[in-house]
Amino acid sequence: MLKSVDLSLLPLPAAPLLPLPPGEGRGEGIATRTTLTRPSSKARGLFTALATLLLTTPALANDLGRPATPAEIAAWDIDIRPDGQGLPEGGGTPADGEPIYNDRCASCHGVFGEGEGRWPVLTGGDGTLQDDRPVKTIGSYWPYASTVWDYIHRAMPFGDAQSLSDDEVYALTAYVLYMNDIIDDEDFELTRETFGEIEMPNEGGFIADERPDTMTLAKGEPCMSDCTDGPVKITMRAAVLDVTPQTEATTDEGETVMVAAAAPAFDAGLAEKGKKVFKKCGACHQVGEKAKNRTGPLLNGVIGKEAGAVEKFRYSKAMKKAAAEGLIWNAETLGWYLEAPRTYMKGTKMSFKGLSDEDDRAAVIEYLKQFE
Amino acid sequence: MTDPLSKSGLSRRSLLTTAVAGSAALTVPARANDPAITELQPWMQSLGDGVDARPYGTPSPYEADAVRRDVPWLTADPISSVNFTPLHKLEGIITPNGLCFERHHGGVAEVDPAKHRLMINGLVDKPLVFTMEDLKRFPRENHVYFLECAANSGMEWRGAQLNGCQFTHGMVHCVVYTGVKLKHILEEAGVKTNAKWIMPEGADASAMTRSIPIEKALDDCMVAFAMNGEALRPEQGYPLRIVVPGWEGNMWVKWLRRIEVGDEPWHHREETSKYTDLLASGKARRFTWEMDVKSVITSPSPQAPITHGKGRTVLSGLAWSGRGTIDRVDVSLDGGSNWTTARVDGPSHTKALHRFYHEFDWDGEPLLLQSRAIDSEGWVQPTKNALRDVRGTESIYHNNSIQTWYVQKDGEVENVEVG
Repeated sequence: MLKSVDLSLLPLPAAPLLPLPPGEGRGEGIATRTTLTRPSSKARGLFTALATLLLTTPALANDLGRPATPAEIAAWDIDIRPDGQGLPEGGGTPADGEPIYNDRCASCHGVFGEGEGRWPVLTGGDGTLQDDRPVKTIGSYWPYASTVWDYIHRAMPFGDAQSLSDDEVYALTAYVLYMNDIIDDEDFELTRETFGEIEMPNEGGFIADERPDTMTLAKGEPCMSDCTDGPVKITMRAAVLDVTPQTEATTDEGETVMVAAAAPAFDAGLAEKGKKVFKKCGACHQVGEKAKNRTGPLLNGVIGKEAGAVEKFRYSKAMKKAAAEGLIWNAETLGWYLEAPRTYMKGTKMSFKGLSDEDDRAAVIEYLKQFE
Repeated sequence: MTDPLSKSGLSRRSLLTTAVAGSAALTVPARANDPAITELQPWMQSLGDGVDARPYGTPSPYEADAVRRDVPWLTADPISSVNFTPLHKLEGIITPNGLCFERHHGGVAEVDPAKHRLMINGLVDKPLVFTMEDLKRFPRENHVYFLECAANSGMEWRGAQLNGCQFTHGMVHCVVYTGVKLKHILEEAGVKTNAKWIMPEGADASAMTRSIPIEKALDDCMVAFAMNGEALRPEQGYPLRIVVPGWEGNMWVKWLRRIEVGDEPWHHREETSKYTDLLASGKARRFTWEMDVKSVITSPSPQAPITHGKGRTVLSGLAWSGRGTIDRVDVSLDGGSNWTTARVDGPSHTKALHRFYHEFDWDGEPLLLQSRAIDSEGWVQPTKNALRDVRGTESIYHNNSIQTWYVQKDGEVENVEVG
């Protein structure tokens, strides 16, 4: 149903109209074009009042949206603050956290929190913040332990967010703090009640914004001529470093898929579905022409290949043992592995929880068949 | 499919060479006739594609070079990573949607808008849930704003490193947003008097959060569902993102699903471990939200060398400030000894990109090009050394210093530092 706006019918709001904030209506850099014709000075007051009414206050029913239910708020309101607001029931000790860490975190962050590749370093760096190359870690830099809890819970493990229970998050937080010598006792139970006992070494290391700390016109006009002592010299050249990526154009930028020549019984539609499923794997595994080993080995040619056979990848003992026993990856064996990696192969480094849907497993295996 | 590049059998490089030779011929008394005119070109004779060949239009294949690019060594993986806007290929002040740089912390979430919700909770009279349809029933506004990653130019703190304004300055884009002022949505829920902060949160696998003071939230923040006239792109937060004009791009949470209102900041990862500016003293500044006055010459630049030889030359660039409009841009051709005020052209929106030009006759000798912007609040873009004097080299964020491009006799351009 359409309603035309009749000003005379607009109910007067019970509360006074919002005053026009300073600056509002003066345009933002460029003048706002107005289609209003200039009214007589007598009418202008009323006209402005009406325009203000129309422009700044919806003056419409306050009924958009619907109330959030307590269960909905509980499902999404997961944030934790330094004062402990948001911390749930439960708890965990560093000793509880160690096996969880080794299972779910160490493949990227390293067994000692030293960081694999360019993944974040979690430990060390004490006293380096004034160094030429400071090492900013949870121990050396982060001001609040609540941030560790909040971040592990909301975003970790990378690619499997919000899969950890509250007790596991407490245990992991405790273990990461223990690795940083912030908790000394491996049986210290971190809970909502004990959280306040944690003191982060760099809590006092943060200051407010001090800008302007560079030139403003209040300090004078910038120089316009003869501003340097004689001719300017080049002191550093980017070309010497040669770290700029190649920028030659290619016809299909970023496309790395190599399609195998008419593989028998290849289902392109299924493979296309598998491409989507593979997004769950893509955090750790690469395929295609430019694929490299990441947290997991590159997967080109994995179908039909011996397990644990990618060069230069550091496999788990479990994978090496399976390889020695002659495991070959085919649709059947890979399907079993992908269904529940750590059940099929106890001790594997792959922290992925698995693909419970059989169709997803078939699709991703079909997708992988394309890469030689 | 017609692909002029592959059909002609010419490589891009040979096309460029032909173009250079062709334009050079114009400066010489012309004897040979131009085959571009005297010979019949394929497009002059045969018919092109019909209207439905590209239901969603794409650029000419000759513009295949105008793409976002990443710097693989910067990050551990391509999912929590960044790529860069090809500033050297752009004109005017608006960035096309497909070229706006991307920065994700958990990849590009593919959100079904029918299942997307925005929740407002915390210190409000009534916690509310909105569907996308609900949000489109609020009064809409359109605003042009730049979005700059706080780490833009962050690789250049220690010195000239990357050869191209795409890489040194490409973590910025500027589009017109359509959406709803956040204050209308907050007013619907009723903000309690002790509310001091809000915390937007994303629906993606990183569940991005930042603390924003309530004054900013009620001032010019928007909840946007469209950019440049169409729905947000997935990589820019489809179907909903918060717009925080002039402030660090990281705060513009994408796939916005919730805003909590509180009385204290949350000190989450992206405002403690990241997006804090470590000084030489070992102390770090936090809550450094505004993006300072900044400019860069986009042409000539390393990816846009001078190919026409000496003579009339157009210098073009971009300037912006998170504190207002750009009042003035000065350019230097000699590394900062002498400056001339450039011509700012086109619309001047607050907290938006501004385009500037300087036309000059190039004598074919080497140049050291610089630009220096001054904003409407009187902040002056500093030199690299002036900035290092007060910040050191480990700040990562908020590097707004003056860029130098070295133009060599052959027209090639390099990123350099001068002393």
